[in-house]
Amino acid sequence: MLIMVFVSLVERAPDGGVVWGRFTTVAYTQFFYEENLLGEMSFNSDYMQIYLRSILLAGFTVLATFVVGFPTAMYVAMQEPGRRALLIFFLSLPFWVNLLVRNYAWLLLLRANGLLDQALMGLWITSEPLNILYSNTAIAIGLTYSFLPLMVLPIYAAMEKFDFSLVEAAFDLGANRVQVLMHVIIPGVKGGIIAGCLLVFIPGLGSYVTPVLLGGSKSLMIGNLIEAQFAAARNWPFGAALAFVLLLMVVLAALLRALLLRHRQRVAP
Amino acid sequence: MKLRTLILATLLSAVAVGGAIAQEADKKVNLFFWPGYIPDELLERFTEETGIAITMDIYDTNEALLAKLQAGATGYDVVIPSGYILPTMIKQGLLQKFDSPDLPNGDKIAPAFADPEFDPGRAYTAPYMWGTTGLVYDSAKTDGELPQSWSVFFEPGPLSGKIAALDDEVEVFNAAAYYLGFDKCTEDPKEGQQILDLLSKQKPDLLLYGSSGTIDRVLAGEVAMHHIWNGAAHRIRNSVETARYIYPKEGITQWADNLSIPSTAEHPENAKIFINFLMDPKNVAEITNFTGYMNAISGSDEFLKPEIAADPAVNMPAEFADRLRPGRECSPAARDLRNKIWTRLKK
Repeated sequence: MLIMVFVSLVERAPDGGVVWGRFTTVAYTQFFYEENLLGEMSFNSDYMQIYLRSILLAGFTVLATFVVGFPTAMYVAMQEPGRRALLIFFLSLPFWVNLLVRNYAWLLLLRANGLLDQALMGLWITSEPLNILYSNTAIAIGLTYSFLPLMVLPIYAAMEKFDFSLVEAAFDLGANRVQVLMHVIIPGVKGGIIAGCLLVFIPGLGSYVTPVLLGGSKSLMIGNLIEAQFAAARNWPFGAALAFVLLLMVVLAALLRALLLRHRQRVAP
Repeated sequence: MKLRTLILATLLSAVAVGGAIAQEADKKVNLFFWPGYIPDELLERFTEETGIAITMDIYDTNEALLAKLQAGATGYDVVIPSGYILPTMIKQGLLQKFDSPDLPNGDKIAPAFADPEFDPGRAYTAPYMWGTTGLVYDSAKTDGELPQSWSVFFEPGPLSGKIAALDDEVEVFNAAAYYLGFDKCTEDPKEGQQILDLLSKQKPDLLLYGSSGTIDRVLAGEVAMHHIWNGAAHRIRNSVETARYIYPKEGITQWADNLSIPSTAEHPENAKIFINFLMDPKNVAEITNFTGYMNAISGSDEFLKPEIAADPAVNMPAEFADRLRPGRECSPAARDLRNKIWTRLKK
């Protein structure tokens, strides 16, 4: 990591690599400004837009995996122990297959006249291909699928320790279903939820394969942007600076988690 | 066949004993290669004939190779850099001199490839495969044959939405530069702006940018036209009779891969034996038959599969020779401009 910070602060060599020992902050100003024809610096929002897109995409993935994952985790946690183990086993099954292969599987399912289209048209639900592949919908499906276990497992772990007799007590005291969920269950497994969100958000920020394969690569993500600096553009300092900004965002997310947990501890007693 | 092999083996061992290329005591050679770029049978035959064992590592871009050698990677004896990146690698002292024309098979290098701009006199390289980055389309899905021009790619009309471009900054930028008649290493922001305008206008007509699964995409009928490497176009034609390859009249990028020996190689003599083996017309024809890319060795034609010899995508008709534009290394300023345009196109 120190090397990364160091590389981001030195001058680039013309053919890739860096000139060690000559320091400059060009890489960081390049993130916000560009030099125009007259040599003046003007604001450049290209890179910010790419970062924003990645953040939104990661945020959406967190939301989607939570909406699907929370009920799943709760369902699993409320089964008898033997069945639980089996269900958890099924949940972790996709992890046995490489991420790339899983994305290719979705590619085959979603492509025009692929399996999904054939099934829907065979059942007379649609009459022509849906053309889902190479769109934001396809990216969302792919990411949600890939990261779902990362959301379910921590929530499930928290729920397993959760004492469900509290739920009965709440019902006895006249709480309705929504109140029980909001005031009893969710606060009880808050640690698991935050851990799950963080586990999905961080790799979601760096997601690289899914946007390229399922999204048709029409929009850059942070990962693709960094890769381009080390490869085609051969601007190592800028690549390192971009990676450092990404790292800062991850650290911020982790700090946020610590803050949320501290807050809970203060309220709890 | 058997006799040939025997003769070759005898010749090679004679060469080895004769001292032109002396084998090293450590009978190993370590390759650092592109994936799927050489048939396994040929590697096995090399080991059988010379007793030199081969290990192979894989990389996927020239930039990855450059970064690895710059970072001081050791243990690779033969690498396979493309022409455009060679001046950089030679200048930085990453490769060692071995004068491929002086190897036993050195006189078999085709004249057109004997003195390339990126390595005058072939001091640091021997030629491997070469090819072009053009367009493939299915003539059954268009109104007959299309003109030999980038216009069908940038102004597709009825094909809109059924086109894929390579997800490759350099190739996409080059295509636009050829079409507009600019130097592909332009440093002029005004020309850059025109290239960006052209690419932005084209973007909605594209179904996607994608460099992997190109063959599949055409075979599955997802796209009717694909910006593509010619070897892939050949493999498409093997399945789709009506597939056609375009050599645009505005210019087409020609890439040429080369065999080189890193200066950190541990078995440079074995590397020379291996490179010489790959400069034999029959051996190199086997590679062309496997990859679908043309080689640069005279006399290999008679060993080619008929469907390769007959496909214009691989065996380029001579009249297109003046459309070839060798890949070139651009200045840092030109690279920055290109990357800025690519980033803005996809922001």
